[in-house]
This record gives sequence, C-alpha cells and structure tokens, in this order.
Amino acid sequence: MKQQKARSNLDKTIKYIMVIIILAVFIFFAALFIMLLQRSQLILSRYPVWELLFSSEWDPNKGLYGFLPAVTGTFFVTVFSLMIAVPISILSAVYISEYMPSAVKSYFQAFIDVLAGVPSVVFGLCALLVLVPFTRDVMGPLFGVNTTGMCVFTAALVLAAMVFPVIISLTVESLSILPIGLREQFLSLGATKWQLIETVLFRAAGPGIISGIILGFGRAFGETMAVVMVIGNKNILIPSVFSPGQTLPGLIVGSFSEMMSVPEHQSALIFVSLILFIIVLFFNILANIIKNKLKSRWRYE
Amino acid sequence: MPKKEIEIRIRNLNIYSINKKQKYSHILKDVSLDIPKNRLTSIIGPSGCGKTTLLKSINRLHDIQENIRVEGQIFIGDEDIYNTRRQVNELRRKVGLIAQRPYPLPANIYDNVAFGPRLHGKRKKSELDDIVESCLKRTYLWEEIKDRLKEPAVALSIGQQQRLCIARALAVEPEVILCDEITSALDPISSEKIESLLLALRQDYTIVMVSHVLRQARRLSDYVVFLYFGEVVEAGSAKEFFEFPRDQRTKNYISGIMPGL
Repeated sequence: MKQQKARSNLDKTIKYIMVIIILAVFIFFAALFIMLLQRSQLILSRYPVWELLFSSEWDPNKGLYGFLPAVTGTFFVTVFSLMIAVPISILSAVYISEYMPSAVKSYFQAFIDVLAGVPSVVFGLCALLVLVPFTRDVMGPLFGVNTTGMCVFTAALVLAAMVFPVIISLTVESLSILPIGLREQFLSLGATKWQLIETVLFRAAGPGIISGIILGFGRAFGETMAVVMVIGNKNILIPSVFSPGQTLPGLIVGSFSEMMSVPEHQSALIFVSLILFIIVLFFNILANIIKNKLKSRWRYE
Repeated sequence: MPKKEIEIRIRNLNIYSINKKQKYSHILKDVSLDIPKNRLTSIIGPSGCGKTTLLKSINRLHDIQENIRVEGQIFIGDEDIYNTRRQVNELRRKVGLIAQRPYPLPANIYDNVAFGPRLHGKRKKSELDDIVESCLKRTYLWEEIKDRLKEPAVALSIGQQQRLCIARALAVEPEVILCDEITSALDPISSEKIESLLLALRQDYTIVMVSHVLRQARRLSDYVVFLYFGEVVEAGSAKEFFEFPRDQRTKNYISGIMPGL
C-alpha cells in the first residue's frame, strides 16, 4: 500500500517536471518573439514596413534602410539551392534505399550523417577554395559572363551541398520503414522496380520526404557563415545569378560589430531577425499542414 | 496426377537464409511438389516451417531480399521461372499475391483496381471501366461500393480492403493466385465471405493458400501439402490427407498433438 503510494507520487512528480519543461520551452519561444518585436519598434516607428521591405537603398549612415536586396538575395539563393538539391537528393536516396547492397548501405548512411554534421564554416572554406574558382573559370565563361566567382550562384551551390545530407537522410529513412508487404503486393501485380518506386513508394513515403525538404529549406534559408564567405556581400538588387549579392542573415553578420553604436541601425538589424523568425515559423506551420494533408491522403494502411 | 492437370511443378527447391555473420540456415529442404491447375491447394504446417517462404518463391519475391538464396527449379506451365529470359515483372504478373493484411494503394477505390492494368499500358477509360466493374463484381464488392468508387480505399472496412486487393490482383489476369493467411486479420463474417470467394475463384485460377486454420484448409482445399521444418511430409488430395493420413507426424498434427509445439 505504502509502496503503491510512493510509486504514484513519483508518477505525478515526473509528469509535473515535464510540464514545467515544456512550458519553459514555450515561454522561451514567446519571449524571443516579444523581444524581437519590441526591439524593432524603433525602426518601425520611423519608417513604414513596406518602405523597409521594398526599398532597395541600403546605407545606414544616410539613414537608408532598404531590405529588398537582402530579401531577394535570400529568396534566390534558397530557391536556387533547393532546385539543385531536391531532385538530386531524392534520386540518391532512392538509390541508397532501394538499389544499394546492404553491406555498403550502412557505411554510406553513416557517411551522410557525418556530412550533415560538418560545421558550415568548413563548407564555406571548401567552397572558397574550389567552387569560387570553378564558377569564375568554368561556369562564367560557359554562360559568357564575367564573374569573380563570389556570387549568388556559388552560394546556392554550397547551400545545395549542405542540404543534400538532410534530405537524403530523411528520404532514406522514410523509404526504409515502408513494410516489405507493401512492396510485395505491388510487385506481384507485375510492376517493375521503378514503377513500384514511382507509383507506390513515393506516395507512401511522401510525408517523410516533404519533411526532409522542409528541414533542408530551413537549413538553406537560415545558413549564414558558408553563404557570407562566398556570396560577395554586396547589397544590391542582383542583375544575374553570377553577380555578388546579400542575404538577410548575411546582413546581420556583416554589420554585427558596428550595430551596437547606432540605435537605429541596431533596431534595423533586429527587425531583420524578426523577419527571419516569422518566415521560418510560417514555413514550418505551412509544412505541417501540407504533411498532415498528404498523410491522410496517401495513407496505405 | 496426369501432367496436363499440373500447373506448378517444384523440383528440388532449397531455400537458405543467410544472417549477418554469413551463416546459412536451411529453410526449405529439397522440396518437390506438383500443384494442380484450377484447384485450391493448401500449405499447412506449424509456424516457422517455411510455408510463406515456399509461397513467395512461386512469385520470385525472394529476389528483393538479399539474404535469401534460392536453389532448384519451379516450373509454371513449361517455364522454369528461375531460369528464363523473360523479365521478372512479366513472370509476377501471371502470379498474384494476396497477403495477410491488405495494403491498398494510397488512392481511391477505382484507381486501386485500375492500377495493374495501367501499369501494363491500358489507358482507355472504357476498357478500364469494364475491368474495374467486372473485377469488383467477381469479388462481390460491386453492389457494396459501386457508388463510392472515388472514395479513398483506406475508408473501406478491412474485410472489404482484402477483397479489393483480390479484385486488384484479378485485374491483371493472373493464372495463379497465392494467398498468405488472407483471413487471419479478419472477423468471422469477413472471413466467410473471402472463403466463399476463394471457392468460386478456384474454377478459373490455380490457388495456393497458406493457412494456419486446419478447419479452413479442410473446408476449402482440393489438395493439401503438409510442411514440417522445411520438409514436405505429406501431400495429396484433401480427402485422403485428412481421412487417411499416412505419416505419423501428419496424424499428430491434424489431431492436434504435435510434440515440441
């Protein structure tokens, strides 16, 4: 009897501890948001939001805070890198999960997980040594443009390389957990391997693959260091992908040291953080909605 | 059995599974069998004796698992399916598989049945409509769901899903249908429907069924194969098998006294 009571007390205590932890996480999240909101008040009171977002002049010394170059730069770099990364990663994942002999497979998966954990500055450094000259000497002449190699294109390539392991790993995972019975039933209808993959497995694993792409998006969108190292950091509206550009996280890092002195400048950069925060939040919510829709639509059991 | 009545001939089939340490375990030991055409043959035996392994080998489904090795010959008609120039998906098309639990395609009912014909290049709407209707009628589903063809297949009851999977298998016009304990996840009423369906289908298809339920095997089978630890102990017509079993192990199994189980 006594022992029973102690056990149920422990049960309750642990539950309360977990509730407190969860609350703390939520409060932290809310506090972060409120802090960013509060600290961007200054710049927002002086300039209307639309002017900040859609003006392309950036010169804090003259009181010009136009985020459009950084916004479009971020957009292009992210979308471009995902356009490269998504098809390649999904095909690689299909190969690893469906075609590769299992003896090699586990090594390969471990290798990809390591790649996902490599610090971004390492990627940036390698890109500086390899991709920048590649863009300058090969891609530039190929498309007939003059480029230093420090440009949006190179940044997108680095990001794509950093996004591969994320998407591959989640896609492999979600393909591997599909039951063998599912494959057997559709193979028995006379499907070839590719028909099986294309018509059945992609749907059944769809929600997992989407999660991978979203995570990849998050990584590409918020990546700072590797991009700053190769994009050229020029706050202009990019005329082509071979021109230097700027991203939102890059903007913060670039003026990080000076920002403390001028309150308006500081507030402008905090506003940038707020935008990043809101976009990531928005995309995660959207992604969850899409994922759940697909999950109920592409249910196989 | 006269040769023309035989659909599947299995000769000296040995199947091994290889574990991570490269150790072989012998799952099927030198199995030789004749399976009659347009009859229902049951494979019975205790759990883990290789029934499902034997069943899947008829459809070359072990090909997708690296750790299984198959030796021997299986003839369907005159073709040795493990030694042929035809593509494996062409072979599998002639042999349908119904599994323990149904896996409908993540799509609506119509697309589930039309899936197979579409794989093989049938695209004409009228032709597909006919196939869907006739296959659903053969599996007694048409009256139940003819107004709901555009609803997702997972919305059906599990018994209906199982019949949908049978309809889907029939749609690619197989000659052989493999059934792997297809009623074990179903309630008694759904099971009964499936059983009467199997009895109707055996006129036109060669059905090979794995069953755990002896009474079911007795009710449905024309022929019975008794597997015990990877060996065929006894095979013969159902009547003889159940009424005059020859082997002591068969006698024990069908009377429910199996030592070591």
